[in-house]
Amino acid sequence: MSDLLEITGLTKQFPGVLANDNISLSVKSGEVVALLGENGAGKSTLVKTVFGLIKPDKGEIKIMGKVMEPGDTAGVIAAGVGMVHQHFQLVPVMSVTENIILGDEPRKAFFIDRKSARQQVIALSEKYGLEVDPDAIIEDLPVGMQQRVEILKALRKDVNLLILDEPTAVLTPLEIDELLVVIRNLAKSGVGVVLITHKLHEVMAVADRVLVLRGGKAIGFTSPKETDEAGLAQMMVGRSVVLRVDKTPANPGKPALEVKGLQVLDDRKLLSVKGVDLVVHKGEILGVAGVEGNGQREMVEAICGMRHRLAGQVLVDGVATKDMHPHAVHASGVSHIPEDREKHGLVASYSIADNLVLNQFDREPFAKGWVRNISQVNKNADAVVEQFDIRTPSAQNLASSLSGGNKQKVVVARELSEDLKVLVAAQPTRGVDVGSIEFIHNQLIAARDRGAAVLLVSAELDEVLSLSDRIAVMSGGKIVAIVDSKDADRNYIGRLMAGMKA
Amino acid sequence: MTQTKKKSFDVGNWLIPMIAVLIAMTIAGIMMKIQGADPFSAYKTLFTTSFGSVKGFSATLGKATPLVISGLAVTIGLRAGLFNIGAQGQLISGALGTAWAGYTFTGLPAIIHLPIAILFGVFFGAFVGSIAGALKAYRGVHEVITTIMLNSIIMGLSDYLVVYHFREPGQLLTRTSEIQKSARLPILFGLPFGFFIAIALAILAWWVMANTTSGFRFETVGRNKFAAWYAGISVKRTLVTAMMISGGIAGLGGAIETLGVTYRFEPAFNAGLGFDGITIALLGRAHPLGIIPGAILIGGMRAGASNMQFVAGVATELVDLLMALILFFVTAPLVTRFFKNSGSKAVTGGWGN
Repeated sequence: MSDLLEITGLTKQFPGVLANDNISLSVKSGEVVALLGENGAGKSTLVKTVFGLIKPDKGEIKIMGKVMEPGDTAGVIAAGVGMVHQHFQLVPVMSVTENIILGDEPRKAFFIDRKSARQQVIALSEKYGLEVDPDAIIEDLPVGMQQRVEILKALRKDVNLLILDEPTAVLTPLEIDELLVVIRNLAKSGVGVVLITHKLHEVMAVADRVLVLRGGKAIGFTSPKETDEAGLAQMMVGRSVVLRVDKTPANPGKPALEVKGLQVLDDRKLLSVKGVDLVVHKGEILGVAGVEGNGQREMVEAICGMRHRLAGQVLVDGVATKDMHPHAVHASGVSHIPEDREKHGLVASYSIADNLVLNQFDREPFAKGWVRNISQVNKNADAVVEQFDIRTPSAQNLASSLSGGNKQKVVVARELSEDLKVLVAAQPTRGVDVGSIEFIHNQLIAARDRGAAVLLVSAELDEVLSLSDRIAVMSGGKIVAIVDSKDADRNYIGRLMAGMKA
Repeated sequence: MTQTKKKSFDVGNWLIPMIAVLIAMTIAGIMMKIQGADPFSAYKTLFTTSFGSVKGFSATLGKATPLVISGLAVTIGLRAGLFNIGAQGQLISGALGTAWAGYTFTGLPAIIHLPIAILFGVFFGAFVGSIAGALKAYRGVHEVITTIMLNSIIMGLSDYLVVYHFREPGQLLTRTSEIQKSARLPILFGLPFGFFIAIALAILAWWVMANTTSGFRFETVGRNKFAAWYAGISVKRTLVTAMMISGGIAGLGGAIETLGVTYRFEPAFNAGLGFDGITIALLGRAHPLGIIPGAILIGGMRAGASNMQFVAGVATELVDLLMALILFFVTAPLVTRFFKNSGSKAVTGGWGN
């Protein structure tokens, strides 16, 4: 029996990142293969390469036994591959039928043959057991139903292989269960399915085989029969080189940062932080471990005053800080290394010097009253560039001219360049080269040793394990456990992260 | 090693506006040739009239004055990431407010009357501008839409007010009474006083943008409003303030035109000055000082147009054609960049996330 999809030795190098390292994979008809891995493991790159959206550096892709030209998306579609993207590509004001036939409409003379279009949609939905109302308007439908329309759209063109890119990210638990049934039914009807996810229980429920990716490498194949969720977690998080960080035992003092009963909504107005209580003491690093998207980002933004606190309080040295007022929170001694340095941390078209005072530009010595003290700004910049080894010809160069690691150094330097009480560091080493990672880690520990309370939030479990004095595990918007790092067991934390009861 | 210039607007350099002007003049010249006129003699007349004599240059600066100010109004908006298409409406409301203050208050010395009349103009322009700013900040309505709509509203409202409430007694024309002598701007060294105000304002705006914390707030919001929020800058307040200042400056343009040139409010008199400000601002690369040469160039074309018609037989509308062509060639790179940075997400926002 020939394979639907056969990938051999696929390699893709992006600047600074080896996204896919010699990956091979085959998918048979009627089989569900899950691609499991953390963010940045290379899952999306892999499927985008299959779909012809990315050209690989090396490797071969065969579909139905035929070698595909790299980057030939039209050829891939013609060969019967359908892809459902994480972000829906539907026209919200059009009906279900209109969306499904869009791009290949049945015609009668110059007009769309609405009757037969509707018939086609009904036939399609019966064939795959995907119930939809052909006349409903997309924007009136719940997200799970919209996704069904996306899947039907992909299935309309006699699809042999269906790729689903994190299909459950936007669904409610009930919708997820329904989707998993749909996926099983599709497989039963002979379609091969590639499912991208980082949720372990979905893999256990639906996959025939699992390919685990980590850091662009294929860690190995397994199947739900051979392993359990804990085993998958271990493969996914891995035993990759634990970053060695030299640090002395913590010497915690009084509570510096207290979070009480914090509740926060995400961008979709859904409750994503569901009552968090945390205390970070002076001179300790509290690491928050968790799979991304479990409320960490919203929690950090709410603590730093950038996102509305629906309920609860954030206290610094026992004093409540203002909600939705980053300036006031910063003034009370909270420094913040933001998760997205390009979006929040830097103004790309400003000089490095201006970026180094981005949230202090209106204070002494960088301003006197209304007037900025540009020479102080530049003096500070020259000193910091030297001290933090920011690789640039001049502090007057634009921030956009820096590499990722040096950009992050600018952000870190700015947040550490004053007497701080609390440092909130979100994903402080994301997309940063190894040398800069080490430097930034040492800076975080130095800040701790100077008496700062450090709240470290990272999707890298290794980072949390090696830097933290205490570890809080966040799952489903809640802190599910707090453990001393001395007693921290990687597998135990991995299971907690995955939302299991230890 | 190429030194990256610190405060330069991040789009290209000063070559683009110069090339845009040259291309526009070439195309306009070809069109003149097709019409049977001599473009060289037309351009020569145009520029010797406006720049060849003290009297001509004075007229040029007179024409350039409102252009500098309305260009500055649009520039301030652009700096904070706002495309203020409504300078026209703000300018008209300022002109009407100033005219009213100019003819209503009597018996005041010029030293008091003039500032009061100017303040009226600034206030009304700022008020109209801040409506668009508040709608943007608190309701997310794109300022291009609201300022265009406000232009129409102000146009209609000012017509109505002049026809039914502020019309000169016994006058059939739609216009207000003439302002008091005490509210007229004087001539200084043979140049209109308003020009000195305009230049001083441009220099002040440049200094404020480059050296003050307020300027830094404006720039930061304009360049990356997420980073601005992170840095503790109130993005909403900055947007409203920027539109208020932009509108206030446009209103000042209307005030100075009223007090120095037209001496009364007559709807047709201020036609297009606010829209010209958009061309000037883009020609000046949204730099507070860069708009001055642009405004003088366009002002010179306006001042020399009638003589050009007389000597070379080319219609004065040629200047409008030139301005349209300049706008066309200068904006293509700039506007795309602007919308790529700030606007596009609001217009074509992602569905389903």
